[in-house]
Amino acid sequence: MEQFTFSSKLKRTTFILMGVGLIALVLGIANIFGSSDEHHHHLAVARLWSNVLINGFFFFGIALAATFFMAVQYVAEAGWAVVIKRILEALGAFMPVGAFFLILVFAAGTFHFHHLYHWMDPAVTDPESPLFDSIIAGKSGYLNLPFFWVRAILFLGVWIWFWKRFRTKSLEEDLGFDRKRHFANVRDAAIFLVFFGYSSSAASWDWIMSIDTHWYSTLFGWYTFSGIWLTGMVVTTLLALYLKKNGFLPQLNASHIHDLGKWVFGVSFLWAYLFFSQFMLIWYANIPEEVTYFIPRIEDYTYIYWGMFLVNFLFPMIALMDRDHKRNYGFLITIGIIVLIGHWLDTYMMIIPGTMQEHGTIGFIEIGLALGFLGLFSYVVLNALTKAPLVAKNHPFYQESIHHEIH
Amino acid sequence: MSSSLKLYGLYDDDGILSDGARVLVGKGIKVNEVYSPFPIHGIERIVGVKWTRIAIAAFLYGLTGAVLSVVGLWYFMILDWPMDIGGKPNNYFVQNMAAFVPILFEFTVLCAAHGMALTYFIRNWTLPGVSAKNPHPRTTDDHFAIEIIPSDNSKFSKEDLEGILKETGTVEVFEK
Repeated sequence: MEQFTFSSKLKRTTFILMGVGLIALVLGIANIFGSSDEHHHHLAVARLWSNVLINGFFFFGIALAATFFMAVQYVAEAGWAVVIKRILEALGAFMPVGAFFLILVFAAGTFHFHHLYHWMDPAVTDPESPLFDSIIAGKSGYLNLPFFWVRAILFLGVWIWFWKRFRTKSLEEDLGFDRKRHFANVRDAAIFLVFFGYSSSAASWDWIMSIDTHWYSTLFGWYTFSGIWLTGMVVTTLLALYLKKNGFLPQLNASHIHDLGKWVFGVSFLWAYLFFSQFMLIWYANIPEEVTYFIPRIEDYTYIYWGMFLVNFLFPMIALMDRDHKRNYGFLITIGIIVLIGHWLDTYMMIIPGTMQEHGTIGFIEIGLALGFLGLFSYVVLNALTKAPLVAKNHPFYQESIHHEIH
Repeated sequence: MSSSLKLYGLYDDDGILSDGARVLVGKGIKVNEVYSPFPIHGIERIVGVKWTRIAIAAFLYGLTGAVLSVVGLWYFMILDWPMDIGGKPNNYFVQNMAAFVPILFEFTVLCAAHGMALTYFIRNWTLPGVSAKNPHPRTTDDHFAIEIIPSDNSKFSKEDLEGILKETGTVEVFEK
């Protein structure tokens, strides 16, 4: 089948998931108004907004990583990925929705509905105030609200603009091949990648690292990027396998699946390598201003923190090392789901210890909101998938891609 | 005397060779070896080459490297001359594990990679000073050869084998 049809059963599942998310949202809001004292009120506020940020960033990251990966295929003029190009385009369609939730969190912070971003409080940079914080004041040349908003709008806007441009040109290509359009895509992708290289790092500092305002790590941008890249590859693989299993996308053969398995395997190593590189240098140097990031994570969240590292590192390594396992649907789906949960926990660990200190929990609000976002993400992506044929037939590497064969 | 000679079919195209090998195998002839200037896609499945065991060898070399480096690090850094680097206590191996990971990793990779390369060279006997074994000099340039050992295919006479080879589109059939 060349065209994806969004079955009503699947649609109903995504709506049920969104419903669970709504219940969790209502419960989170009820927690805020039902809290007995100021301490619990603050925690309830931080809990709800942190979870919107975690899920907004996690799912936005998948969409961004898919667009990044598509741009890499254009620039490398890689042939094999043509049959999964429409999957990558559809994943990118979540970017505007994800950006909405990110903007919502930033706007709520700007207007002091929550204090996830401690530095947004004007008192901390005011030398007259008792709350004055000289370290944050020293960073205010970069971390100030106007510049923060300029960056956020610029990054989100440019990323979404590039995705729309790739998508439009890809749909135009279905009507007829044009060499000029193809090379324009290659050029656009190269420009996008240069911009993405800088902006993805800066975005991770702004949106995630600035929660722990006093702390900084030069590796943080790469660490965040490798995490979203891995989740992007995992979701691409899962979606490709789902389509193949249901009889769509007959052009997808065992070699494409093998290659996707290699990407999941390889990028999970990149992520584990960067996790360790960031951890080991800080552990070794043992400088107080640097270890403040790891101490609460290791002491208050010992099992989640080390657990998510070991799961995200060992499971893909052991289970996907064998060649045949990279072609096995059962292995890929199981490992994919484990890694997806593992990386949701990684995002949780990047945000919660900074916003809720030792009070973070994983209860119905966390799981419910994550499922709600999963439902919304699936709905948007699968809906985008129905809008175009599943394979870009006029792509110049189409023939190369359908004859892709590796061992 | 002539029974110890091997029979070669020389081709000028890898596609014709693949098709020819398929015909030979289909008739029940055992193809001993194929010579080519570059890897021919899928030929190992046609002529039935056994799956390589170099991955198992690589794992064993890597394991050797990992064990050697654990023993070495433990002896150098813990037992023989305990050192205090950057305020890290190192009376125990586990407490310093994070600092040792890069060395463990590098030495494991070093042993696995060198072990694999040496195994490959020794197994194929392509060592310095060893003379080339290709049946025809042009199999390193633009020609491809199929090697058949007549004594492995006693069902066929040598003339039959030559005839079948010629039918598959060889440019030359010769004994060596």
